[in-house]
Amino acid sequence: MNQITPIAEAAGCTQSPVLRERGQREVFCGLTGIVWLHRRIQDAFFLVVGSRTCAHLLQSAAGVMIFAEPRFATAIIDERDLAGISDANDELDRVVGRLVSRRPDIKMLFLVGSCPSEVIKLDLSRAAIRLNKSLGPDLRVLSYSGSGIETTFTEGEDACLAALVPELPASDAARLMIVGTLAEIVEDQFTRLFTELGIKNVGFLPARQAAMMPSVGRGTKFLLAQPFLAGTALGLERRGASRIAAPFPLGVEGTTAWFTAAARSFGIADAHIAAVLKAPAERAQHALARQRATLAGNKIMFFPDSQLEIPLARFLSRELGMVLAEIGTPFLHREHMAEELALLPGGTFLSEGQDVEKQLDRCRAAAPDLVVCGMGLANPLEAEGFTTKWSIELVFTPVQGFEQAADLAELFARPLRRRAMLRV
Amino acid sequence: MQLALWTYEGPPHIGAMRIATAMTGVHYVIHAPQGDTYADLLFTMIERRDARPPVTYTTFQARDLGGDTATLFKTAVAEAYARFQPQAMLVGASCTAELIQDDPGGLALALGLPIPVVPLELPAYQRKETYGASETFYRLVRACVSSTPTATTGAPVSCNILGPTALGFRHRDDVTEVTRLLEGLGVAVNVVAPLGASPADLARIPEATFNIVLYPETALTTAMWLERQFGQKFVNIPPIGVGATRDFIKAVAALAGIDATEYMTRHTSRLVWYSRSIDSTYLTAKRVFIFGDATHAIALARVASEELGYEVVGLGTYAREFAREVRAAAALYNVEPLISDDYLDVEAAIKAASPALVLGTQMERHIAKRLGIPCAVISAPVHVQDFPARYSPVMGFEGANVLFDTLTHPLMMGLEEHLLGMFREDFEFSGDTAPSHLGGGTIVAPQAEIKADAATWDIEAERELRKIPFFVRGKARRNTETYAAQQNLRVIKIETLYDAKAYFSGDAA
Repeated sequence: MNQITPIAEAAGCTQSPVLRERGQREVFCGLTGIVWLHRRIQDAFFLVVGSRTCAHLLQSAAGVMIFAEPRFATAIIDERDLAGISDANDELDRVVGRLVSRRPDIKMLFLVGSCPSEVIKLDLSRAAIRLNKSLGPDLRVLSYSGSGIETTFTEGEDACLAALVPELPASDAARLMIVGTLAEIVEDQFTRLFTELGIKNVGFLPARQAAMMPSVGRGTKFLLAQPFLAGTALGLERRGASRIAAPFPLGVEGTTAWFTAAARSFGIADAHIAAVLKAPAERAQHALARQRATLAGNKIMFFPDSQLEIPLARFLSRELGMVLAEIGTPFLHREHMAEELALLPGGTFLSEGQDVEKQLDRCRAAAPDLVVCGMGLANPLEAEGFTTKWSIELVFTPVQGFEQAADLAELFARPLRRRAMLRV
Repeated sequence: MQLALWTYEGPPHIGAMRIATAMTGVHYVIHAPQGDTYADLLFTMIERRDARPPVTYTTFQARDLGGDTATLFKTAVAEAYARFQPQAMLVGASCTAELIQDDPGGLALALGLPIPVVPLELPAYQRKETYGASETFYRLVRACVSSTPTATTGAPVSCNILGPTALGFRHRDDVTEVTRLLEGLGVAVNVVAPLGASPADLARIPEATFNIVLYPETALTTAMWLERQFGQKFVNIPPIGVGATRDFIKAVAALAGIDATEYMTRHTSRLVWYSRSIDSTYLTAKRVFIFGDATHAIALARVASEELGYEVVGLGTYAREFAREVRAAAALYNVEPLISDDYLDVEAAIKAASPALVLGTQMERHIAKRLGIPCAVISAPVHVQDFPARYSPVMGFEGANVLFDTLTHPLMMGLEEHLLGMFREDFEFSGDTAPSHLGGGTIVAPQAEIKADAATWDIEAERELRKIPFFVRGKARRNTETYAAQQNLRVIKIETLYDAKAYFSGDAA
């Protein structure tokens, strides 16, 4: 197993040039994160202050209207608010009042900024302070922006978690904090492994309940479970915590390196680390073998979406033998991505940002065997003869850790197997 | 500010997209922030379209706001024209771009493109999707038709079919069905628009003798303008159901100057006989709650009432533009019209009406599922299931066949209902399990509200109540409790149950 080793200069793609594009971006805005965040923090409510478009986006991104009364809603700004006939702040207080009376079970309320609320400069952080005075301490009111002008898709989660950081209880005790939303099953697996490794004081941000958020201070070391948390990491560092640099826990190699980095930073001996990780790593490698037969040698291209693209490309090329065509990412955070870039095959074509028409031209020219892209592009590309994997599933599915490595590979293998099966 | 959990309609630019996407040779450039591209997936995922909507978004970000978003828009228009070479272009703003006031129309016109460029003014903070579709269609038709109509003297009688869009409820199959009907009558179809039409086709609209407003939500404004401009009369009877289809045929025949008597004797729907066949007796006075867009809600109320013998216990729409029409229809059935786009209001109204069947949109499907009430979807907003692979119109005589199935299959069949009545303690037909056609499982029944002064049931009466088939048990319980309250009874005995049954007998089931 590949252990964490000091990275040689210019290893992998560390120094590779990146194509930067600024054109039409076919991506979700940060509001979309509410779809999974509201399931994660089970006593939180997310109130978007925005337009009918925001409400429609959330409904469409949720894909199905399954929750009879979801823990998210939109306060739709109307012309009266814009014309100044009604005071937008009074209106917001009224809407929050109605909401709180309907849902007294809510312990944490996020006021979520949108493109229109940003443009009209409705100050939601001040509104949150005001509402805290009237509704606290039983209900905590926070704010963040999920607007498309400021956040791309998963950056909405970053903004939400960054808003939580100043609220975390203070403690300088030595502890490990895992940062980024994970499925509960993954969190439980990780907790068991950390216990076996000998790290006992482990907290997860965000926690499942508003009152259970982990404490932070100079003794806190944090490990990013998701690659899109730049703002949250900065906030935690400001509160004295230090980041453990590691690749992301996708695939056997990434998960091994991730746990190893954490364990080493807590002074745990390599032999013990290797002993604990051996069995789950071997089991996962065994499970990957079947997918490798489907995926090896196939060329894959990523359209920018969640910032998971680079870690996924690393997993697919190194553990499953896929050939990398263009790897697009909405934003490249060189520091958080350093360990990942070092592991990518040298000369991989990286692009940041998007000009969707030009990227589609490049896709047609590269003729990949599998295209990873958003739902707006997938069916049209299928109709052109491409095989696609729609990318939002990568965010909505438990994919991190050893036990999910084969599930993650399966997400890419299934479209290829399906295309091979169909005879119509 | 309005608190919205779920919305029936998107913002008005989604309506404009439904027009652009329905057509060929049109491209729509929207000044919009990053993220508004979500709208593409409505068409590629829900409708399973195999091409991207013909839409370019500027997707500006915060860093662009300090700079020159106007140039960004002009570049987007110029590049979209060069790449897609449309015959006509729509330009406009989404909600956020409306606030930054870049004047997309003026900017696009300044480029001097050699095609019609249609600026769309769609106030995103006042209006919604249906308005956006109607306004866009109207603007586009005005931009494409020439002001002087071409002489049509001597040409055979023809009409245009106006209104079908992308993402519409069964529009694809309705157009096929209505076209077939018109051709059977000997009326040629000149142009179908917007679905499948190009700007060049729109230019030919004045050549037809008259217009058919298939969906007033989208086409009525345009048809009224065409009447003023070119004297084209129009038929505004959506042919949904047997009666409405016959009315539609008569109106078409009158405008076309033809005799449709023979056609009407040769063509009908199976609904007519199926509804009269004795198995349908059990449908009599089934309580039905109807909610949707105005066209489908009004039409389905007529079908349910006149053609299936149901009792309409609720009728409403989310489309305020057509509130007047829905109010008039509700008066026919003596029900309070529900004009609301608040999902919670609709849920409360359905709960209060306790219908045996809900006809609604995807939203009502979820409400009904939660309440354990059978439901059929009869209107947009739509879901991927509303684009069935099979031919499935709701208009014309074939549409009436489809509606007979749609409105009866969710209900229990007549014979099954009788067997339940006879073998009421059958362990497999327990009231605690949902009917197999609703997927089985346990019903999440709405909890009856316990009033402080409500009478209590004695054990014998409660046991007798359990023997009543579960699908009427709720009503029996309510009626008995109402009766007990009227009679000031504190305890309900078996006699009370049957006294109440006799008292209320003759009321609709």
